Amino acid sequence: MYVAVKGGERAIENAHRLLAHERRGDRDVPELSLSQISEQLGLAVDRVMSEGSLYDRELAALAIKQARGDLIEAIFLVRAFRATLPRFGTTEPVDTGAMRVQRRVSSTFKDIPGGQVLGPTFDYTHRLLDPGLAQGGDPEAPALAETSDVPMPRVTDILGRDGLIEPSPAAETDAPVGDLTRDPLSFPAGRDLRLQNLARGDEGFLLALGYSTQRGYGRNHPFAGEIRFGEVEVEFVAEEIGFAVPLGSIELTECQMVNQFKGSATEPPCFTRGYGLAFGQSERKTMSMALVDRALRARELGEDLIAPAQDEEFVMSHSDNVQATGFVEHLKLPHYVDFQSELGLLRKLRQEFAEANAAPALKEAAE
Amino acid sequence: MNAPTYNFAYLDEQTKRMIRRAILKAIAIPGYQVPFASREMPMPYGWGTGGVQVTAAILGPKDVLKVIDQGSDDTTNAISIRKFFAKTAGVETTTSTDAATVIQTRHRIPEAPLRAGQVLVYQVPIPEPLRFLEPRETETRRMHALAEYGLMHVKLYEDIARFGHIATSYAYPVKVNARYVMDPSPTPKFDNPKMDNCPALQLFGAGREKRIYAIPPYTSVVSLDFEDHPFTRYKFDAPCALCGAEDSYLDEIVTDNKGSRMFVCSDTDYCEGRQAAGHRGTESVAPHKEAAHG
Amino acid sequence: MAPMTIELQPGFADKVLSAQSTFRTVMEAMARPGQVMVVGDEVGGPSSMMPGVAAIALTLLDQETPLWLDEAFLRAPDVGAWLKFHTGAPIVGRSDAASFALIAEPATLPDLASFALGTPEYPDRSTTLILQVPSLTAGQTFHLRGPGIDGMTALTASLAPADLFARLSINEALFPRGLDVILVDGRSLVAIPRTTRLASSGV
Repeated sequence: MYVAVKGGERAIENAHRLLAHERRGDRDVPELSLSQISEQLGLAVDRVMSEGSLYDRELAALAIKQARGDLIEAIFLVRAFRATLPRFGTTEPVDTGAMRVQRRVSSTFKDIPGGQVLGPTFDYTHRLLDPGLAQGGDPEAPALAETSDVPMPRVTDILGRDGLIEPSPAAETDAPVGDLTRDPLSFPAGRDLRLQNLARGDEGFLLALGYSTQRGYGRNHPFAGEIRFGEVEVEFVAEEIGFAVPLGSIELTECQMVNQFKGSATEPPCFTRGYGLAFGQSERKTMSMALVDRALRARELGEDLIAPAQDEEFVMSHSDNVQATGFVEHLKLPHYVDFQSELGLLRKLRQEFAEANAAPALKEAAE
Repeated sequence: MNAPTYNFAYLDEQTKRMIRRAILKAIAIPGYQVPFASREMPMPYGWGTGGVQVTAAILGPKDVLKVIDQGSDDTTNAISIRKFFAKTAGVETTTSTDAATVIQTRHRIPEAPLRAGQVLVYQVPIPEPLRFLEPRETETRRMHALAEYGLMHVKLYEDIARFGHIATSYAYPVKVNARYVMDPSPTPKFDNPKMDNCPALQLFGAGREKRIYAIPPYTSVVSLDFEDHPFTRYKFDAPCALCGAEDSYLDEIVTDNKGSRMFVCSDTDYCEGRQAAGHRGTESVAPHKEAAHG
Repeated sequence: MAPMTIELQPGFADKVLSAQSTFRTVMEAMARPGQVMVVGDEVGGPSSMMPGVAAIALTLLDQETPLWLDEAFLRAPDVGAWLKFHTGAPIVGRSDAASFALIAEPATLPDLASFALGTPEYPDRSTTLILQVPSLTAGQTFHLRGPGIDGMTALTASLAPADLFARLSINEALFPRGLDVILVDGRSLVAIPRTTRLASSGV
């Protein structure tokens, strides 16, 4: 006697109830608040905002809590919510040159106008686990200095003044802003869409690809021209008003790589650019992004296409961790119908193989 | 906090219009993959986001929706998608193939013949039939443009050379309206003949790959083959152990640790319908029914 | 010229559900070429625009669909404003840049090759023509075949331009490029996608 499997609906409900229980963990331990996540796991929040393409610390913190700390799951939650939001328009381009900088380093010049600012960084920490932190307690208050009004021009602007680096492409103000979440992607893609794809792309994927270019798979001689992190104003021109109004400020990390120079019989040689930008403090992400952006410009700059990081279709089709995790994880869905089909075919092929190999033996025996 | 509110059938109207326009072009160019701006859905890519977007764009309050996965209404993903639409669109749902106006499916075509006026929506993981022969979209799009399908025939022929058969048992490529080679989604090739000259409209949605395609009713759908190696439908040796059907696609059930097997219909609605009509197999017992689906 | 104040007609009473039911009508029509389908929902629109055309416009057009209008629609004072208000579709002068073309007087339909015909790689990037025709119930009988048609179907209609099917024969040579056409008479509509062929015609 056989009874077909039923009861999936109740199983799903119970599974989700158990999930909620496990998420909460030991109920004797105080529950995490969103502000705890936002304040104390700030870099996780930054990553979820960046790859989730939504600047909202509270929602990102909620997503991290709901996802039990699984950041790709949290990014997915934020993306699904974002897809339902109405569009009012696009903001004016942000001016990272006017950033209120918290951190700014350049590896190309010893000193630069405005100076090098280390800011909050893991750099030069000795990676020794801190038992004091396990106990908790307030750290020392930060050392403060007067805010300076000295402008901090971008290093690439300094190079650009002498024509040593290619000019940044000028925005066509009338051209619509490309958006791969609203239009299906086709190849070849413009740099705007490539950068959008990379900005939303998985940090680990970009890190590995960027690293591969450093090891020779599409090498392009990068120097970290500048990495800066801080606050910028966001402005929006409403059609009814006719001028730009500030919407508020956001934290951004920008990385400008200075790369391999180009030149020709008609153009003097100059350095080329790779660009990275992300919400919050996301240095690893923006540096990787800048390396990959530069690698993806290979065709435009007349370089040989030899490495994965230079392959636009390969990079753009596989950078999105929400897409990737969905498709990898879908393998756990039932596939027994197609598996059965393969099983049937395989059995038939094996039977034919056995018959074919048995036949000569029979023939020999008969002789 | 920005508490979310959702539209009828979840998608906003602008998104629905975009998908609807893509569906119309897909019907007008049978078997051609129309790019569309697939949205991020509240379920993972690869779990039916394409099918769900197509269903959401066509579904109305008068529809009766059936959702199957592997032929069954009771697999967890089918339940999850059915509940999604019951919640967001308030539509009536059913497990009956005959009562449904819209059927969303993953990996099967129902055994009961479909009729005019019904819409079958397939969930598609990889819409490009040439993808595993040529990974580049720029290349495969050119091949479709030129109807240059030699690569596919070479692949099928190599199968024959190596195995004596075309070694493709599901997602078996078809040619639609004598023009486009199309991926029927990972349905077993057993189901391929049902697509040909079908009275119902067949729509295919691939969310992650951002493609929609269609087979209009009464359209020729031919499984690729060779004269000396014609397409054959997979045939089971045994009838269904529950309803005795000899013409249906069967699931293989492992019944103990000694390797015992039994075969039962993958289309649960078909099987239950036959049992209700008095058909019996060797292992017959009325499967207990869960309370009405939400 | 003094600015004219135009009282704009409303569109659908229920935007969401009427768009859904109209879409299903259009989808059924596209899936069953030659068969007359009827738009059921109440719809307002400019006086020179048939209710079927207004319903299709409200259902399928928006900011993302460049729209081409024939002279008659362009001249009608309320059509452009109504379309802009209800759909936001940008009205374009070049017919080959249009996703949709609305044609009030199809007798003066320009050369079909002047519309977007799609490309071999992207044949879907073509104009969908929506024509107001004299009748979809009386007139000449056209026998049609192609995908969506069980063998052969007969369409009895009074068409404009009279040689529409002859002109649509470019679809056969161009396929998969081509034009998809929706014929409208009041609330009735018939779709002639690019795959539909004229088998024969008689009186």
